[in-house]
Amino acid sequence: MKNSSIYKYSTLFKTQYANMLEYRAEIALWAISGVIPFFMLNIWTNNGLNESINISNIMLSRYFLSAFFVRQFSVVWVVFTFEEDALLGRVSPFLIQPLHPFIRYFAQHLAEQITRFPFALLIAIFFFIFNPQSLWIPSILTIIIALISTFFSFLIQFLMQSIIASFCFWTEKASSIEKLLFIPTLFLSGLLAPVSSFPYYVKSWIYLTPFPYLIDLPASILSGNKANIMEGIIVQLLWIILFFSIFKKVWKSGTKKFTAMGL
Amino acid sequence: MEIWNKKVYCYGFMNIKKYLQVYSYFNYSSFSIELEYKINLFIDLLTSILGLIGSVFLLSIFFSNTDKIGGWDFNQALIIQGIYTILNGVTNTWFNPNLKEIVKYIREGTLDYVLLKPIDSQFWISFKRISPTGLIEILLGFFVLSYCFYLNNISFTIWSLNLLIITLICSISILYSLWFLISTTTIWFVKTWNATEVLRSFLYMGRFPMDSFSFSLRIFFSTVIPITFITTIPSEVLLGLSPAWKIILEILVSMTFLIFSRRFWKYALKFYTSASS
Repeated sequence: MKNSSIYKYSTLFKTQYANMLEYRAEIALWAISGVIPFFMLNIWTNNGLNESINISNIMLSRYFLSAFFVRQFSVVWVVFTFEEDALLGRVSPFLIQPLHPFIRYFAQHLAEQITRFPFALLIAIFFFIFNPQSLWIPSILTIIIALISTFFSFLIQFLMQSIIASFCFWTEKASSIEKLLFIPTLFLSGLLAPVSSFPYYVKSWIYLTPFPYLIDLPASILSGNKANIMEGIIVQLLWIILFFSIFKKVWKSGTKKFTAMGL
Repeated sequence: MEIWNKKVYCYGFMNIKKYLQVYSYFNYSSFSIELEYKINLFIDLLTSILGLIGSVFLLSIFFSNTDKIGGWDFNQALIIQGIYTILNGVTNTWFNPNLKEIVKYIREGTLDYVLLKPIDSQFWISFKRISPTGLIEILLGFFVLSYCFYLNNISFTIWSLNLLIITLICSISILYSLWFLISTTTIWFVKTWNATEVLRSFLYMGRFPMDSFSFSLRIFFSTVIPITFITTIPSEVLLGLSPAWKIILEILVSMTFLIFSRRFWKYALKFYTSASS
């Protein structure tokens, strides 16, 4: 029984991977569209803004490169796929299958991340060609911890978006809620500026929200900047548990509401 | 019916009245589609306000460490935010909803029907849809801009107002051409949705004064993707910092972009092979 479910998931993953490989040009473009942290780095160092927050140019460039990587591997778009599937009536057959529809989407995201990896690496190599002094090789342990933290960040975002996606059962156009939620994610997660540079009146409450754990924490771990590693990962886990239980509730009441569309 | 046919089929020369009428029908139909989702309108309004707050917050982080970024102080940089918000609103109102459709037209082969219509295909494709949420963003942008007038003690003359309007029109033309050029490539590549994402993320840098970037990036942003012309020059015009040659250059660049995008569309249509149906 257990073997058969492993077989099921690995097949699901393989088909999604094959599917994603077909769109590698698209994924490459998508990887390029994530270069915003590098532009921000340029503003920071070019104007000497980092002097007063005590992060050297090299550490800051490592931070932004790590932020780029973390962002690349925590991009989530489940709400857009689910909305399209719901509007076109593709959700109905998914609901009948003995597999939670979101496991399918989850496999899709993982497959996309693996397809994306070489492109992200290529961009990083270009980055090092232009900034050779910021080259560093983190220890294996750091890489593993950063990977775990990045995966947790991905899980938090995936669950948050899945909750929003479940609202599709009520409103049809849930993606606009996601666009709203994306704004604080963009500005508070540390993608555009490290959280340590935030003014005190924001720092005092920001750690009560999930946002700094999305990019700032894993990026700081990977780049070797100051971070509360143990504490951060535990908080990430707490958010995952919270969002997972909310998602289960919303999904349960949503499927009861479900009216098939399209066909 | 016959008279109506005659009226519609008199192409060959531009019938402005006809186009205006068709355009008002477009607006009517897309407004009635959009108003079906009233809560969405509200959420989108909230999104654009939060987006503005977010980037002002980011600016305030920058300026808490220094007085000037690339020679711009905080109040001046706020003007760029205002201009960016207006232009972003224009993009969301007119360009984005339409160009999303182009991809669909070409993938599903429904571009056939557009090409068969007795109306210019570029006009149809570029102005079919309108999204009212962006209009609110435009208003928000003008609100910020007028607050900046007060902050920077800008004395208003008819002359400067005219220059602002001219440069804004140029910026909008460049923006439109960029979006339209990328969408046109759909005819060859079918899936260019992510190329527009790349453009969007580059355009995002228009929120900051171009002088704050390093020299090589500044070159990149004024030649490859002309962001300098889109937001920085109109802001400089407002502050009275822009020399005449920059304005003339902007007009030339926008004309080139417009003409090129038109030519490119005509050229691309030669390669259009309808999708199966």
